Amino acid sequence: MLHFTGKGVCGNIAIGKIFVFKRQQAQVRRLSVADPAAELSRMERAIAAAAAQLSVIYEKALKEVGETNAQIFEIHKMMLDDEDYNESIRSIIETQSVNAEYAVSVTAERFAAMFSAMEDVYMQARAADVKDISNRLITCLSEHTESGSDYNEPRILCADDLAPSETVSLDKEKVLAFITAQGTTNSHTAILARTMNIPAVIGVGDAFLTAVSDGVVAAVDGDSGEIFLDPDADTLTSMEAKQQADLEKRALLKTLKGKENITLDGTRIELFANIGSIQDIGAALVNDAGGIGLFRSEFLYLENDDYPTEEQQCTAYQRVLESMAGKKVIIRTLDIGADKKVDYFRLEPEENPALGCRAIRLCLRRPALFKTQLRALFRASVYGKLGIMFPMITSVSELQRILALCEEVKVELRAADLPFSNQIEIGIMIETPAAAVISDQLAPLVDFFSVGTNDLIQYTLACDRQNPKLEVFCDPKHEAVLRLIAYTAKSAHSHNIWIGICGELAADTSLTETFLRMGIDELSVSPAYVLKVRETIRNLNLQSPDQ
Amino acid sequence: MVTLQYTIKDPAGIHARPAGLLSKTAKAFRSEVLIEKDGSTVNASKLMMLMGMGIRCGDTITITVQGEDESEAAEAIKAFLSEHL
Repeated sequence: MLHFTGKGVCGNIAIGKIFVFKRQQAQVRRLSVADPAAELSRMERAIAAAAAQLSVIYEKALKEVGETNAQIFEIHKMMLDDEDYNESIRSIIETQSVNAEYAVSVTAERFAAMFSAMEDVYMQARAADVKDISNRLITCLSEHTESGSDYNEPRILCADDLAPSETVSLDKEKVLAFITAQGTTNSHTAILARTMNIPAVIGVGDAFLTAVSDGVVAAVDGDSGEIFLDPDADTLTSMEAKQQADLEKRALLKTLKGKENITLDGTRIELFANIGSIQDIGAALVNDAGGIGLFRSEFLYLENDDYPTEEQQCTAYQRVLESMAGKKVIIRTLDIGADKKVDYFRLEPEENPALGCRAIRLCLRRPALFKTQLRALFRASVYGKLGIMFPMITSVSELQRILALCEEVKVELRAADLPFSNQIEIGIMIETPAAAVISDQLAPLVDFFSVGTNDLIQYTLACDRQNPKLEVFCDPKHEAVLRLIAYTAKSAHSHNIWIGICGELAADTSLTETFLRMGIDELSVSPAYVLKVRETIRNLNLQSPDQ
Repeated sequence: MVTLQYTIKDPAGIHARPAGLLSKTAKAFRSEVLIEKDGSTVNASKLMMLMGMGIRCGDTITITVQGEDESEAAEAIKAFLSEHL
């Protein structure tokens, strides 16, 4: 048995035989041709064939991964049709009397270099698109079929890396999982794997490709990123048990996936997921969350040895928004205090970190740090539907200071010619009793509220939630807590803004009815709870008399 | 010849997809459609070059349309820009 670890990008277990994906594409060589005219007509046929393939891929992607993710293939087709691109290939064939493959490969390099040199990261990524369409053309020229899936039972597909078009082209029925030696969890391919819900482990390293061969049995855990080649009996048994548990979960998923979050009497509610890293997006999508109700941005700071730059943050937020493909994503700004250890912040130890200089208080004391995050968030907003929310709010003046900083950021971005969406929703966390009590004054200033129940309970009941001795006093369903939430909901609705709950209490199905009766518009829970809460909602009837 | 100016309002600028659609719109006419920004000019029917210009939100571009159906072409381009960009 050999053990490898990569990055798991999409959950679930797969056990089966390996298939090593080989591109049927010979090394492109420069060959002189006697008849350039014949070469040109060979080229025309290849372009037509490639265009036809792209139409098929586009239709397939449209069905499997949705319009937003499918658009890339429409663009590929347009690029293939580009006058300059075609002209360059033709002129190389004609003037140098060389083979079409060579002309395509030189042209690809030329255009890819142009895009790579651009400032805009989005445009830089177009270099990969040029290479992808060019490889397709070269494959069409060699008149081979695309990827030889010359096996009948479904297999675990291994490759050095996969282009987005290759990922979408895979026959899902024949792919148990895929493993790539290269790639990052943020790559387009990883995003597609998540959307298609195929177990995937990427970035395993080249050593894996050397060790693996066709037909070897492997067990893959798309969650932990572990791969066992030729697993021993014990490993196989434990992986099979895990797989069984997954299957049962998927059975529940099947019955509830795609269903609305609607009660028997027709009350609708949004059901979103809470996540803490880009890797969790897969789980949110698999569990059919309608969006991200709380994205904790701390991971960006905790994973680094120094303050993450605006560019680093912007790229991370962009990935999240793109992965959610147009669904709402609410990102909470930095929520860090003396209890979360981040060395480079150099926070002074505090007597009571929970009541200390944390979250928004820290951000307002360090405006440069805060503005870097705000700028990154605003800049990323063009890639999807973004909401930004601020933690630990206690007063109107504090909120006004935050909103003024947001305005400053907008002015700066406009001056620097950096685009941002004008549809960003701005909201606040309601997690202090103060905020709940003055929610009527806070509501006119924002687009939404999100109740953070964990802190709201701890601050309302004066109970340290880390202290096990206090458990008897720390009743999450305490009337005081519920009244604060109900009052906040009333304030929100009288100012026509929406209100959600993103704390652990949102997943407590014994309270779902209470929340719905309060008029809560959105519940955001850990991905694993989405379907459980959905099931509860669908069995409720708010018309029946209150118990 | 018809000349018009337009300032890009789409936050994402002329990215791949709108560039593709703009290119398609321009190709539907016999007239030549040129797009100029900061002294460099490309033919709107050329997608890759158009994308290569990296036109962003807030940039002002000058569009020149010349040919037998220039007025219809200019109208179509104008409508496309205000709807999509």
